[in-house]
Amino acid sequence: MAETGILKPGTPAPAFTLHTTPDQTVSLSDFRGQPVILAFYPADWSPVCGDQMTLYNEVLPEFRKHHAALVGISVDGVWCHGAFAASRRLHFPLLADFEPKGAVARTYGAYRAKEGVTERALFVIDGEGIIRWSYLSPIGVNPGADGILEALESLAPAPSLASTQRRA
Amino acid sequence: MATGQSRVARLVLPVDGRDHVRGPADALATLVEYGDYECPYCGLAHPIVKEVQRRLGGRLRFAFRHFPLAEIHPYALPAAEAAEAAGAQGRFWEMHDLLYQNQRALDHANLVRYAGVLGLDLTRFVSELADHTWEARVRDDFMSGVRSGVNGTPTFFVNGVRHDGPWDADTLSAALVAPAGVHV
Repeated sequence: MAETGILKPGTPAPAFTLHTTPDQTVSLSDFRGQPVILAFYPADWSPVCGDQMTLYNEVLPEFRKHHAALVGISVDGVWCHGAFAASRRLHFPLLADFEPKGAVARTYGAYRAKEGVTERALFVIDGEGIIRWSYLSPIGVNPGADGILEALESLAPAPSLASTQRRA
Repeated sequence: MATGQSRVARLVLPVDGRDHVRGPADALATLVEYGDYECPYCGLAHPIVKEVQRRLGGRLRFAFRHFPLAEIHPYALPAAEAAEAAGAQGRFWEMHDLLYQNQRALDHANLVRYAGVLGLDLTRFVSELADHTWEARVRDDFMSGVRSGVNGTPTFFVNGVRHDGPWDADTLSAALVAPAGVHV
């Protein structure tokens, strides 16, 4: 079996369009021009109060300081996502990688076929649609938000600007 | 199958004079908890931390920092501010204990009642809550936690490294003194 892993920095982020509610979809291209954080997580309704999406919800104002958008992605369906987001008072969209199941996660190398769930994987994508940071966490360990914030900080100044400003 | 990268999360803000600390500054071991007064798991952790303190005595320095998950726990932020307001009058730990012993009664009237129980200057306490005098301080704690890889509540740091896994008294005590080769 070939060794597979999550997509690495420098890779163009695979495009997707997924439902966030029964009648609304979100596409990666919606975020063109701003950084976007993709947070793949195994399932809604993690039985701890400090779960990953709850944490990111609290850190959202910090992400927004970098003009970054956040989306959570799992194989749960839209009704499940809706109930979970309402329960946790989430202020960012949860996307349903539901049909075909895990298809988007597979394109990012973030699907666990044996269990049928997405990995606990993070991607920070720049405004040009290029993956600039990615991280695969052990599935049982909430990775926190520190790595995301460091990645967002490293995006500034914009790469096109940085490449023209050679340091002496 | 990929198994994930191991990433050691470390405390980015060392324990210092801004912290609420119990135990000697030169203690053998340092335990830092990021906690939320409304979080039931933190409520479970409260007597466990006390037990660890009892076992290790002067070998342990313990610091508590605020990590209110305000969206799911509406009373967590005001409770943290109340602990700080009590701390400004020299009674942080007494308020800290009262809040954890009364996790289901953290509304404003009860916060003021606890301040009365502790004999605080109530005029000052109430005005500091109304003015959110300590909100920025609580937010600083929260962000130091985010930067250190806090991933839920409670999160413990044992000698500066995030403690993943069980946090019963035996496990925490052993982890705290393991580097010094001390058995408890």
